[in-house]
Amino acid sequence: MDAEKIQPLTEEQEFSINMGPQHPSTHGVLRLMLKLQGEMVREVKPQLGYIHRGIEKMCEKLTYPQTIHLTDRLDYLSAHILNESVCLAVENALEVEVPDRVKYVRTIIDELNRIASHQLWWCAFGMDLGALTTFFYGLRDREKILDIFEETCGARLLLSYNVPGGLMFDIHPNFQKRTKDFIKYFRKKLPEYDALLTGNPIMQERTKGIGYFSKEDAINFGLSGPPGRASGFSCDVRVHQPYSAYPFAKFKEILYTEGDTFHRYKVRIDEMWESMNIIEQLIDNIPEGDFAVKMKPVIKLPEGEYYQRVEAARGEFGVYIVSDGNKNPYRMKFRSPNFCNLAPLHKMSVGYKIADLVAISGSLDFVVPDMDR
Amino acid sequence: MNFDIYDFSSFTKSIDEGLMASMSPFWAITIEMIIIGVLILGFYAVVGLYLVYAERKICAFMQCRVGPNRVGPYGFFQTIADLIKLLLKELIPIKNADKILFNIAPFIVIIASFMAIAAIPFAKGLHALDFNIGVLYVMAVSSMGVIGILLAGWSSNNKYSLIGAMRSGAQIVSYELSVGLSLITIVILAGSLQFSTIVEGQRNGWFIFTGHIPAIIAFLVFLVASTAETNRGPFDLAEAESELTAGFHTEYSGIKFAFFFLAEYMNMFIVASIAATVFLGGWMPFHIGGWEAFNGIMDYIPPFIWYIGKTAFVIFLMMWFKWTFPRLRIDQLLTLEWKYLLPINLFNIILMAFIVLMGWHF
Repeated sequence: MDAEKIQPLTEEQEFSINMGPQHPSTHGVLRLMLKLQGEMVREVKPQLGYIHRGIEKMCEKLTYPQTIHLTDRLDYLSAHILNESVCLAVENALEVEVPDRVKYVRTIIDELNRIASHQLWWCAFGMDLGALTTFFYGLRDREKILDIFEETCGARLLLSYNVPGGLMFDIHPNFQKRTKDFIKYFRKKLPEYDALLTGNPIMQERTKGIGYFSKEDAINFGLSGPPGRASGFSCDVRVHQPYSAYPFAKFKEILYTEGDTFHRYKVRIDEMWESMNIIEQLIDNIPEGDFAVKMKPVIKLPEGEYYQRVEAARGEFGVYIVSDGNKNPYRMKFRSPNFCNLAPLHKMSVGYKIADLVAISGSLDFVVPDMDR
Repeated sequence: MNFDIYDFSSFTKSIDEGLMASMSPFWAITIEMIIIGVLILGFYAVVGLYLVYAERKICAFMQCRVGPNRVGPYGFFQTIADLIKLLLKELIPIKNADKILFNIAPFIVIIASFMAIAAIPFAKGLHALDFNIGVLYVMAVSSMGVIGILLAGWSSNNKYSLIGAMRSGAQIVSYELSVGLSLITIVILAGSLQFSTIVEGQRNGWFIFTGHIPAIIAFLVFLVASTAETNRGPFDLAEAESELTAGFHTEYSGIKFAFFFLAEYMNMFIVASIAATVFLGGWMPFHIGGWEAFNGIMDYIPPFIWYIGKTAFVIFLMMWFKWTFPRLRIDQLLTLEWKYLLPINLFNIILMAFIVLMGWHF
């Protein structure tokens, strides 16, 4: 439905309602101020700031290795990818070449992290649509990935496994075997997801053609990640600006042009398949070597500005560092995918029902701490 | 007093005669009403609690979980513990709520389902009210529950509750039609609105088998429409958790919430009972006309077991829907009713009438 065609509301038709900050489907402390006309959504105004922790400001007082542990707390579901962004920025600034082993392990864990994140999204998306069983199917499989993480570095969610110059310690001897077992297991389980939710006629009715977003709009709004790619905007940093071991792997960028809720869903399901392909290509070829380069005890970046992009599970994550040559950054700015992905919510959902708004916001896959920082 | 698990009519009759002989008819009937009331109340509570337990176990089974397993063997007393918790919980008074309506609403919901249960034949002779308009009566009282839901949503002074109540109103009023019309289809075949006659009419085969295609269509329509009428998933729009937090009962706590909760499960039990009675023969064992030996073997299973088994089957189907399907949207819900189920139903009634007229049914 076009936003332009809808007549403005008179005062008595208006029914305003606060969705959040405590609401089951905003996935965190996001507050959406809705204006409704009966069931129809007329205006969505997101209100942020409920979980603002001043992380960017805190980074100015910390050393570079310390800031890594704060990036975890942004998009906690793609913690490893975010850790990596700071590490890559620091390594590029110091012109340190990390060993291939580090690149491979980082990429494999990135992809595992992406699968785990998409699994959790799938759980929550099913819940948003009212299919409660999806939650347990997704978490069942996600647990296997978290177990691998736990064995590798001791943490399950906020890994902090990366340090500037490499990894904190070497991978566990079981890592390769367990990852391969997981891939074998998940290749059998992923079709279950389709059987339970994707193929369901109610789910298709609920999502197909809902919340359309064009490619032009996607570019204008700075959409990235699965929502951007569902609109046909080729924005995968792994393809356009490959980092770590992505140049060694062959994979394709998932692109759809439909731009509706169903295809934002489809992109993520296909990405899980693609991530498994990447891991399978890399897991047997992890080269021998050091797990880290020896860095100076106090890392000081030369004066200047540095920017590093990575593809987090929800889109492009960027870290922008301004250094004045000290041991802590002069300014550190994060470009978080969720903040940009929240912007189009109004445009996508005007004219649809409340239930559609929930489905659309589910398909954009918000992690609220990442918006507020 | 002779007690027979195959036929309760002589048992109930002997109690009636004993009471009538010892006191005036007025007191005898009063005492009978009290006995029946207490029995139904007890039955209501036990069935409600164990349906909750069954739902939790079945959904756990579908979700790769174990479900309640701490209180008692296999968590069998979990729901009783839950009930005690709900009874002891504080009833939170709501500021600016319409106090009278707010307090009355859960009772309306629960009374509606309580009244409907009276007309259900549990076994031969185990039947509190046997009207000549039994089907009509159940339809009438069970649709009273929507008033309670609307009042709950309105009086809570909460916008989410109001949206939930409005959805529920639109939904139940629409689906009432399909439930009624699909029952009418079978009433045409049975030639009676009385439940005992309907059950007796299935002595040579349940209506779903003897009624040709229209009976099967009517059963499927009834299953969909009654799931919608009881506000259960995939039609649980009134309480749509991910959209409206808890819909019409958002503001209720403690025992008042328990009333809504219990009423939901009892409504499910009632529609499952009606489905079992009208389509699957109620307490009538599985008979095939003419196969005397086979029918004799089937008669060994007590009617009460047959009734519970069939009801449990229908309840399981409804739980299966709930735990595997996503929720519909409100416009899709109304489209399904007015554009698909209603025309199918009307056509189905004509088809059934034609079949009955030509004598093509078995």
